Amino acid sequence: MTSTQPSGDPVPLEIHDLTVAYQKKPVLWGVDLAVPAGKLVGIVGPNGAGKSTLIKAAMGLLPVSSGWVKAFGRPVSEELTRVGYVPQRETVDWDFPVNVMDVVIMGRYGRLGLFRRPKSADREIARSCLDKVKMLAFADRQIANLSGGQQQRVFLARALAQESDLYFMDEPFAGVDAATEAAIIELLHELRSRGKTILVVHHDLPTARNYFDMLLLLNMRVVAFGPTSEVFTYELLQRTYGGRLTILSEVAEAVRQKGYK
Amino acid sequence: MTLPIPSFSIERVIVAPWTSQLPQFGWIVLMGFFVGTACGLVGNYLILRRMALMGDAISHSVLPGLALAFLATGSRGSGAMFLGALAAAVVTTVAIEMVHRNSRVKQDAAIGIVFSSLFALGVVLISVFADKVDLDQDCVLNGELALIALPPPISIGSLMLGPPAVIRMGVVATLTVLLVLVFYKELLVSAFDSILASSLGIRSGVVHYGLMGWLSIVVVSAFESVGAILVVAMLILPGATASLVSRRLPRVMGLTVLHAAISAVLGMHLGVWLDCSLAGAIVVAGAGLFVMAWLFNPYSGLLTVRWRHAEAAELREPTGEP
Repeated sequence: MTSTQPSGDPVPLEIHDLTVAYQKKPVLWGVDLAVPAGKLVGIVGPNGAGKSTLIKAAMGLLPVSSGWVKAFGRPVSEELTRVGYVPQRETVDWDFPVNVMDVVIMGRYGRLGLFRRPKSADREIARSCLDKVKMLAFADRQIANLSGGQQQRVFLARALAQESDLYFMDEPFAGVDAATEAAIIELLHELRSRGKTILVVHHDLPTARNYFDMLLLLNMRVVAFGPTSEVFTYELLQRTYGGRLTILSEVAEAVRQKGYK
Repeated sequence: MTLPIPSFSIERVIVAPWTSQLPQFGWIVLMGFFVGTACGLVGNYLILRRMALMGDAISHSVLPGLALAFLATGSRGSGAMFLGALAAAVVTTVAIEMVHRNSRVKQDAAIGIVFSSLFALGVVLISVFADKVDLDQDCVLNGELALIALPPPISIGSLMLGPPAVIRMGVVATLTVLLVLVFYKELLVSAFDSILASSLGIRSGVVHYGLMGWLSIVVVSAFESVGAILVVAMLILPGATASLVSRRLPRVMGLTVLHAAISAVLGMHLGVWLDCSLAGAIVVAGAGLFVMAWLFNPYSGLLTVRWRHAEAAELREPTGEP
């Protein structure tokens, strides 16, 4: 099975029969997925659905029990320079002795390889990425002295500095202020307009409908994957979230408001 | 009543070590500096990775390695001992990782389990083969810095370099500085976020084992001559002190080396004055520097913050009511 786009180029991300287990307990089961280029894809599902696991496994960072992942038609481990990553903010120690510029420069490390130091060209790129997320004025700021939204924008600037074609973002909207949320959306749209493919783990169902071109409904297995307008239905969301009533009422509300198309 | 503290004589404590006794104390200070630099630089990454106990672990768990190396070769030559200790250190690192990955035991508990078991194994080996093993546990833990300059010096041709232990430690310290410079990006990003590091194509597993391997080399080459107390303390004190004073890694690294140098000099004088263990005195001096940084550092120093509040209050006072 080879999924190709009309032009014949391999798709940015193709996952086949991916199963991941922690301590012999499966957390992802038989995931099949082919994500076309230039799409903004939301990954939604309940807690413990394997959303973060899916993007880590898709980057080849976890041992998988079965299946494979290809990026641009090649094993993902050979295409890492074309893959950018925005981890969850809480996964790092913000008291680490580095400043904003140091963190953004890390985005260049993958391209530098061993024994090479960042050059002034890398610094220039890092500065322009900071400018895009309106954080250039904070370049010399110690990262401990940033707000949550500012931290998130620094992570986005670092992902931009990777100059990748396929991005994985783990809950970039979690706990950010309205200004940062708007900045992230603007950035995602800009990346999409440049033909980049972006997969975003997202927690909030009502906004998911407005933010993304396509949705991946995940609960250990792929419940549905397709254009948001086709996939964001009460039945599919109910299957994704099972019987969790609070979420379901939220979904019902979101579906009721579905007059956007 | 006389206190057991020897009187302080400037001539004996301050002048003599740098003049008439320089051939002895020069090497001692240099050795303290080399140990502090090598341990401190590696220790910085242990602190950043929240693995500060790894140094403790490795310095204890080498005991069975030393015992087995001695049983196998029947000699106390440093070559075999070094290899035995290094092998034990590698076993420790791998075992900790295995326990922690393949069970629900967390990493800090895994460290505690592995090193204490290996240390106990070493004690058992030594007591079972007591007649064959001429190993003094005291010496393993407290090696004597004062004797460092006694063995005949190493020389290349007519060029006399210095006592073998000091030269060896100097080489290790220099290599440590070089490794930190060469692998700066890899060490930085894998300590900051190991998943991100992997996504950038940096093998964080390789970095981890590389760091642990080098830690073993540093620990083993240092403590044979200076003892575990100095080694374990110097893995943490310089880096912890430096990270209170600066918030950027390159400066933290520089200050780590500075801490090593000041501790070695102050500790030597303290040891001469009190006529006590020099390694112990160096650690006490290093701990004194840490306390100073804790109280007075410009960011969060206990007293700095208090003074700043007091100053701010004083500034507010004259304006009185709005």
